[in-house]
Amino acid sequence: MAADFTMPSLGADMDAGTLVEWLVHEGDVVHRGDPMAVVDTDKSAIEVESFDDGVVQTLLVEPGARVAVGTPMARLGPAEAPAPVAPAPVAPAEVPAAPAAEAEAPAPVAAAAGPAPAVQPATEPVTTPRRRAARPPARPRAHPASPPVRHHAAELGVDLTSVDGTGAGGRVTRADVDRAAAARHRPPAAARRVSPYARRLAEELGVDVDQVVGTGPGGAVRADDVQAAAVPAARREAPEVAPAEPAPAAPTPPAPARAAGSRDAIAALMGRAKREIPHYYVATTVDLGPLTDWLRRTNRERPVAERLVPAAALLRATALAARAVPELNGFWVDGRFVPGEDVHLGVAVSVRGGPLVAPAIHGAADLDLPTTMQRLRDLVARARAGRLRRAEMAEPTLTVTDLGDQGVEEVIGVIYPPQVALVGVGRVVERPWAVDGMLGVRPVVRLTLSGDHRATDGSTGARFLATIDRLLQHPEEL
Amino acid sequence: MTTLSTGATPVPAATGTVETTYREALREALREALREDDRVFLMGEDVGMYGGCFAVSLGLLEEFGPERVRDTPLSESGFVGAGIGAALAGLRPVVEIMTVNFSLLALDQILNNAATLSHMSGGQLHVPLVIRMTTGAGRQLAAQHSHSLEGWYAHIPGIKVIAPATVEDARGMLWTALEDPDPVLLFEHGTLYTMTGTLPRDAGHVDITRAAVRREGRDVTLVSYGGTLHKALAAADVLAGSGVAAEVLDLRSLRPLDDATIAASVRKTHRAVVVDEGWRSGGLSAEVSARITEQCFYDLDGPVERVCSAEVPIPYAQHLEQAALPQVDQVVAAARRVVG
Repeated sequence: MAADFTMPSLGADMDAGTLVEWLVHEGDVVHRGDPMAVVDTDKSAIEVESFDDGVVQTLLVEPGARVAVGTPMARLGPAEAPAPVAPAPVAPAEVPAAPAAEAEAPAPVAAAAGPAPAVQPATEPVTTPRRRAARPPARPRAHPASPPVRHHAAELGVDLTSVDGTGAGGRVTRADVDRAAAARHRPPAAARRVSPYARRLAEELGVDVDQVVGTGPGGAVRADDVQAAAVPAARREAPEVAPAEPAPAAPTPPAPARAAGSRDAIAALMGRAKREIPHYYVATTVDLGPLTDWLRRTNRERPVAERLVPAAALLRATALAARAVPELNGFWVDGRFVPGEDVHLGVAVSVRGGPLVAPAIHGAADLDLPTTMQRLRDLVARARAGRLRRAEMAEPTLTVTDLGDQGVEEVIGVIYPPQVALVGVGRVVERPWAVDGMLGVRPVVRLTLSGDHRATDGSTGARFLATIDRLLQHPEEL
Repeated sequence: MTTLSTGATPVPAATGTVETTYREALREALREALREDDRVFLMGEDVGMYGGCFAVSLGLLEEFGPERVRDTPLSESGFVGAGIGAALAGLRPVVEIMTVNFSLLALDQILNNAATLSHMSGGQLHVPLVIRMTTGAGRQLAAQHSHSLEGWYAHIPGIKVIAPATVEDARGMLWTALEDPDPVLLFEHGTLYTMTGTLPRDAGHVDITRAAVRREGRDVTLVSYGGTLHKALAAADVLAGSGVAAEVLDLRSLRPLDDATIAASVRKTHRAVVVDEGWRSGGLSAEVSARITEQCFYDLDGPVERVCSAEVPIPYAQHLEQAALPQVDQVVAAARRVVG
């Protein structure tokens, strides 16, 4: 009984979508609810889940292809079919961290997130029940234990197979179970249970729910546990969060405070930018035909986890251009330009709840494209999860704002002081385009540069954008 | 029979309140309806000469005469149908069915006629009928007289289903139900008739749409109605002894359910236990639990618990009957499980 995995309708107004990447390979065993692919709806990149159990027989659509709703994208065969030896683990499922908020505002990423595939870090435990059900644990050797002890173990959420029996014949006694329960800090990540309210509370309080010790049945994390964890966390973070310098945002304090605090910080910073910095703007439209062709080819050979998206290539080209045009990479301090020692590329990411952060990819000019992709993926995931590292908040030398996934064609941005330039990236759109005297339809993107006229002139900005353009025409060299 | 003191004329109390029972409050409500509106009449098995199977209408035949308090043959379908006809013709019948088990004989009239006529006539025909019946177990009346099927009726669009659990509601719900242009089913739990309570002398009509918070608490919401309200309140007393503040909701109206009040309580306490004397599978408790999950999922700090009757026909033997019914210690245990 074969089934087709089709392009879903992810909104009333959606008639087609672009396959960004496959999260499964041919031969993978998938279960209903497993993420299959990332689809770009023109509004956001969304992980699409399988409606069926089965084995992926054929992937019918290549990443990058735009297909109509209802088009078969993959064929699933019956689950009983001979499965591959070791089904590759599919990309991590999106954990419903704060489903309410997500349902209202899906994927509020304002950044190079672009098509943000598999945004959860790979370490994120998968806690949805259906995923647990999907992978029955291998039947372990059971230690002998009497029914009452078994029952007691079940009540305490203790796995009998992990308990050493001290009773007659290695029998597990009630005392053994109690000891195991006491010794256990928390159940294995894969078995974590978190109540919906606790999960929401953790999100609001900025608590990492994976670090919380659960006291509910079976080690379930409940609201009290999160609140208990939040108090020391807030105390710990407090001194760190009070930088005198207007950092773009403090990533650690509880969300309500974070949102308000960060809005104040942004207000101060942007007010200062527009008061002090005489902005100039230059813009160009870049043909991404070669890039998308090349990405399609190269992604075919890449494992799912290492596939590349255009946003990463744009960052990579920007980093190289910043090295080539160092006058735009640095700071305006005390009335003069101080060049950055290296290229630390800030990536503006808007986080759920509003606060905008621009963590840096350090030494971006020295990272190859796959590494840039990896850093971007990681950074966006952690920014959204509120787990940025402090070092990443240290000042970038140049910032990129990509609002392409929000449907914006052009971003004319405000420079983050004391930086002297900001690169704006719009959405990749198909447009009639003249190439070699012929008219064709090409994917193009609008790039802008906001420059500090005190530090550089428009011609510098023009040279910078031209460099990016040139680099993007030879994507294989990125 | 008429010499019995039936509370027909409550002795005025100096304080302005009167000691009464659930049974007397129901009777006083009937008396008021019969007195104030000459379109109102009561009919059912043994409601006249015998004074009602549970003595609710004791003395009303003597007071209002056989035109207004009518004994019927043992034919639920017949006299409920007659009630529907009388309501269509402009009267305000109150039909008593002895127990909810027997109401199944009239289910065709209730579901296919009373509940549908307003809709099928495009609102031209209204059936302002009130059907009272006894529900619930606990009195060793065995499986054919003890079930709690009000949840079945709560499934039916076109009717309202109410369940007075207090003396005040027993006194005040009937009039409001009679004023409703559509059929209202009023369920009286058999164990409540002897319950005593204090009413203001001028106790009057009450709404029949909203749930009531009978006890405030912050740790867990116990959702109950009718006979289970008092078990939930008793459980809340026990829980208070161990520092758990349970909020007790009395649904009062089983159809429509007061989603707003339920959700407001669960959003406050983050935990819920539904106590229902009906069976668990496909019952009213399932509906309440589902709605809590639909509306409050992200406020829940644990699964919704249910305490219901065992899935057996209610037994006759007292110890078995009690074992089959939701009990206070079960409610306490469920609340402790969710509070942790």
